[in-house]
Amino acid sequence: MIRTRGKSRGAVERTLASFVDAIEHAFYAEQIAKENGLLQKLDPRLKILAILPLIVIAALARRLSVVAAPLIKKKVVAMLSKVPLSTLAKRVWLGVLAFTGIISFPALFLTPGRVVFSLPLVGWIVTEQGLRAAAYLILRAETAATFSVLFVLCTPWNKVLKALRVLRVPLVLVVILGMTYRYIFLLLRNAHDMFTSRRSRMVGRLDGRQQRRAATASAGVLMSKTMQLSADVYMAMRSRGFQGEVYALDDFRTAWFDWAILGLFTMVAAAALWWGR
Amino acid sequence: MHIPDGYLSPSTCAVLYGIAIPFWYGAFARVKRLLNTRLVPLLAVASAFCFVIMMFNVPLPGGTTGHAVGVGAAAVVLGPWASMLSVSIALLIQAIFFGDGGITTFGANCFNMAIAGSLVAHFVYRAIAGRSAIPSSRRVAAAALAGYAAINVSALLTACELGIQPLFFKDASGTPLYAPYALHIAIPAMMLGHLTFAGMAELLVSGGVVAYLQKTNPALLGQKPSASKAQAYFPTGGGWKATRPLWIRVALLMLLTPIGILAAGTAWGEWGARDFSDPQMRQQITAASGNLAPPSAQPEGLARLSSLWAGPFPQYAPPFVRHPAFGYVMSAMFGTGLILGAFLLLAWITAGGRPSDASQASP
Repeated sequence: MIRTRGKSRGAVERTLASFVDAIEHAFYAEQIAKENGLLQKLDPRLKILAILPLIVIAALARRLSVVAAPLIKKKVVAMLSKVPLSTLAKRVWLGVLAFTGIISFPALFLTPGRVVFSLPLVGWIVTEQGLRAAAYLILRAETAATFSVLFVLCTPWNKVLKALRVLRVPLVLVVILGMTYRYIFLLLRNAHDMFTSRRSRMVGRLDGRQQRRAATASAGVLMSKTMQLSADVYMAMRSRGFQGEVYALDDFRTAWFDWAILGLFTMVAAAALWWGR
Repeated sequence: MHIPDGYLSPSTCAVLYGIAIPFWYGAFARVKRLLNTRLVPLLAVASAFCFVIMMFNVPLPGGTTGHAVGVGAAAVVLGPWASMLSVSIALLIQAIFFGDGGITTFGANCFNMAIAGSLVAHFVYRAIAGRSAIPSSRRVAAAALAGYAAINVSALLTACELGIQPLFFKDASGTPLYAPYALHIAIPAMMLGHLTFAGMAELLVSGGVVAYLQKTNPALLGQKPSASKAQAYFPTGGGWKATRPLWIRVALLMLLTPIGILAAGTAWGEWGARDFSDPQMRQQITAASGNLAPPSAQPEGLARLSSLWAGPFPQYAPPFVRHPAFGYVMSAMFGTGLILGAFLLLAWITAGGRPSDASQASP
């Protein structure tokens, strides 16, 4: 894999970098999921039932303290699950803070309410309601994103998909999701190879029009390959006896530990729901 | 355009899940019936394609780059139903594994990009491409405009969903609990980027993919279903039978329009000139505007301009209808009829005045 960095990256390099980032992210998640931590030990089905309510309650809460409180819990859970806080900070907290922070910044001045102070020189007025609105938005986004990432980092992807059945997701959809996830990496590899081979033949810099033509042609090639691949996969499945029925091996085992942790998470969720009304 | 968790209230998310589910169910049933045993591998690989295409950086005029959603290209090649499923699955993988877009807002993101985007792209492409030949440049223009229209309609829906949050969801002090910007800020902020850069990226990818396939793999754009491999897998045929599920859903949504009567108060910014002199309405306006009282008199410009045009169905209540719920349904039918009429007229004009045959006009 070729990774390119630098200020003057063209579209080809940026696309290559995004492919590599996606693949690295997946590899990293698989490594963390193999650790012997708290969340890794939990039955993925109960993990969904434990974490999903917390994400919903983070969205429901009408008190800043309740939206912020799970941040402490998340840090404890992350440490017990052997997920480095630096990873969470880099992959989630800073990213969400930067994105949502930029979006929520104008709310400080645009939300009407009680004046807290005004910025010197420009005279823009910051309101209490604006500060609280920005805090709500950032904390909700941070809380939900952290729980989602903790769940995915601590669960192998094939088990995440199987666990979706606890939410009554149809089996055929779970199988499609699993295959999609596999073929994403094959297509990423194909696309990466296409862009790398093009770049290896480039001597000078392409102008904008040539770059656009290259990008759209690559998309067209990928579309053609996708349709061909789907036909090949179908024939391969048929040759192995596939007749439309799908099955999934259910190898989940729950123990008292799983139920105890689920109970703990449920109590926290119920308390947050009560206090956050 | 991927709305993260925390930007929309849970009730907004629930409503958008509720709207999306019938479309998913209908699309799944229809694609499954058409594909039979091919469903699993084809949908899986098509979804993987949609995911990867979202990562393509497209160089834009002016030296910058942008990402495309790929919904225009997907709708043209796969048809609207398979496109909405494939893009939804790609969005789910993005949300779960890559943290792009929220879990609670997944229904909203799918409704905006996968469902509305696919339908808009499909209809715009069909209306403009008409019965033109496969190698025709008109098809390239149709695909490009389909992608552009789809991404902008998706952006407008996103902006509306974000923009209604501060109207409905505030705490006792008037602090917005979710996305803090009202419609008059959310819509321009969102549309500015999408009418220019993001729309351009989608336009280039949709048009570019179709232009490339015209030269290298025209079967994927086959006009006759039997001539196209993609059509064999994902037929997009027109006609009543093909679009029946869509019409049923549209009819269902029309019947559900009276739900709007249940909403308390009036929408922020949609006040009439008389509302400023009505004490009860003034209280509602004050409460909805962060406790800022409206001007004591009718704004002069509003009073002057509001009498320029009176809609035939003011407040969704035709004068000849007594029951408000029936008035809503009638208004929905009238509005939908107008939109359909406009599209049929557009299709007729672009087809050079020939009668439009939906089954032949499909890509």
